[in-house]
Amino acid sequence: MKKKSMKLAVLIAVFALVAAACGNADESEDGGFRIAIIAPSASNDLAFTQSIVDAANLLKESGVVSEVAITDGTFVVDDAAVAIRDYASDGYDLVIAHGSQYGGSLQEIAPDFPDVSFAWGTSADTFGLPNVYSYEAASDQGGRVMGIMAAALSRSNVIGIVGPIEVGDAKLYVDGFKAGVLIQNPGADVRVNYIDSFSDVALASEAANSLIGAGADVLSGTAQMVVGAVGVAKTEGVLWFGTQANQTSLAPEIVVASQVYRWDVIFREIIENVKNGKLGGEIYSITFANEGLVIEYNDGYSLPADVRKLADDAIETFKSGG
Amino acid sequence: MSEIFTVAVLVAVTASAIRLAVPLLLASLGETFGQRSGVLNLGVDGIMLIGAFTGYYAVLKSGNVWLGLLAGAMVGLALGFASAVIAVTLQAKQGISGIGIYLFGLGMSDLLFQKLVGTPIPINTFPKINVPILSEIPYLGPMLFRHSLIIYLAFAAIPISMFIINRTTFGMNIRAVGEYPEAADTLGVSVTGVRYATQLIGGTLAGMAGGTLAISLGIFQQNLTNGAGFIAIALVYFGAWRPVGIMLGALLFGFVNALVLELKTLEIIPRDLSNLAAMAPAVITILALAFVARRFRAPAALTKPFTRGQ
Repeated sequence: MKKKSMKLAVLIAVFALVAAACGNADESEDGGFRIAIIAPSASNDLAFTQSIVDAANLLKESGVVSEVAITDGTFVVDDAAVAIRDYASDGYDLVIAHGSQYGGSLQEIAPDFPDVSFAWGTSADTFGLPNVYSYEAASDQGGRVMGIMAAALSRSNVIGIVGPIEVGDAKLYVDGFKAGVLIQNPGADVRVNYIDSFSDVALASEAANSLIGAGADVLSGTAQMVVGAVGVAKTEGVLWFGTQANQTSLAPEIVVASQVYRWDVIFREIIENVKNGKLGGEIYSITFANEGLVIEYNDGYSLPADVRKLADDAIETFKSGG
Repeated sequence: MSEIFTVAVLVAVTASAIRLAVPLLLASLGETFGQRSGVLNLGVDGIMLIGAFTGYYAVLKSGNVWLGLLAGAMVGLALGFASAVIAVTLQAKQGISGIGIYLFGLGMSDLLFQKLVGTPIPINTFPKINVPILSEIPYLGPMLFRHSLIIYLAFAAIPISMFIINRTTFGMNIRAVGEYPEAADTLGVSVTGVRYATQLIGGTLAGMAGGTLAISLGIFQQNLTNGAGFIAIALVYFGAWRPVGIMLGALLFGFVNALVLELKTLEIIPRDLSNLAAMAPAVITILALAFVARRFRAPAALTKPFTRGQ
């Protein structure tokens, strides 16, 4: 009986130690700032999700945050909602819902955690909640710069764009790109094909085939499903302009440049606000002016100097408020 | 509007439809064998995903697209065996266990991709083959005879499937087991053996379908199939469990998708109606399914487990 009591005591002690250790894991060990990210596609999708993951890693490397937790691949909104609630319950300082589709869930969850700060993007709506920030990318700016270059490089004067669903920063980018092409060459024919999916790689490929069939010799596209379209452009020898992340590695032969999102620029400010007790209520945007948008050129592609100058001039115009 | 009524557009749409149809065709043919023997496998999409990753990874490492296709088929074979153990030996509810296989494939393919590859890296794709003489025929050549070898192999699988199902003893046993397993058993046919065999065929073809998709696109991404496995199952019903019907269904689905894309490129569909147009393939498939359901019936023993003497 005595032996049994001893075993039970040891078991309880071990359990208590394990529980204590788990408890410590949930709390910030050094009192640092902890952020959690919920995103729809893979962390390394060379597009939307990777842009926020790269930013979080930069913030961690520079010591702005002490811990980054990531739940990626949550293309099911209900799964994302569970993750958002879990991170908020675990006491993360800032929970980032990185997807326009998560807005409804966040609007429901945020009021239950008034001491936790949330950020939602891409969107320009905080739902009037004091603990929700929203953020967006002025992707039309980069789109316009890319469009100007595309029009200057096109020989057929037919330029194609593969879009996902006509919402959010995808729509902004496509509209900006189209505007850029027409600024440079008002007579150009810009064909836009929204495939109505963020994930259908096969359909994006066929959309690229269709645009090339219509005469396009320069293509662009946005969202994670464009990896298929880049492959088609590579096979057909058609130039490609990327956005959201640097897509040069997908096809170094034909990628001219990529608009890259530097979300860390605005999150430094948001985190500073949260540390100072302001948990939300503001809308942020990455632009050329605040260097949240950057054009990264493919060193392997010899871009004519005059075309590069057109792009640089357009970027300067945006930076100077034009 | 007149742009759509050109031969060039017809050629482009048909060629695109064929490319879109092939993964569906392979997966549907495989599922047909299973369903004709009385086993429904809702996990086709999961097997396709694992096949897609395995095929992609094998090509990434070896550079050989045929080795990639073989790897996709082999992993499909293994998952077909697992499906058979679950559905035939353990007699689990086929609908539920199929969903389990799908979720396994969805999660495992992504996990393996993240751990073994990480960032998407392009791979070699199937080379296109211009069939001598035939590829030079005006219009028909570019439409039908300038595809990769896997496309021709997939279409060759249709008469082969028909022959196996309708003209061989094995095919007769499949049909008997799917309609009246007790009678087949009485005549000495191993119901379990036949159902295992059809699950192995189904898994192999689903794995090949996934491998074909990934290697044709030259890339892998999370949930690459985007639900194609479920469409493949619907096409089995659409085709009334017959290979030719399934081929027509897969081509119709591919054609409507390709046509909608072309109409968008040509800006014939107003942007406001774009979402509605995107639903067209699914709507047409559902309507056709409703029509088929009234004219043909499913194998009588579909989803019913078999135990001797019961």
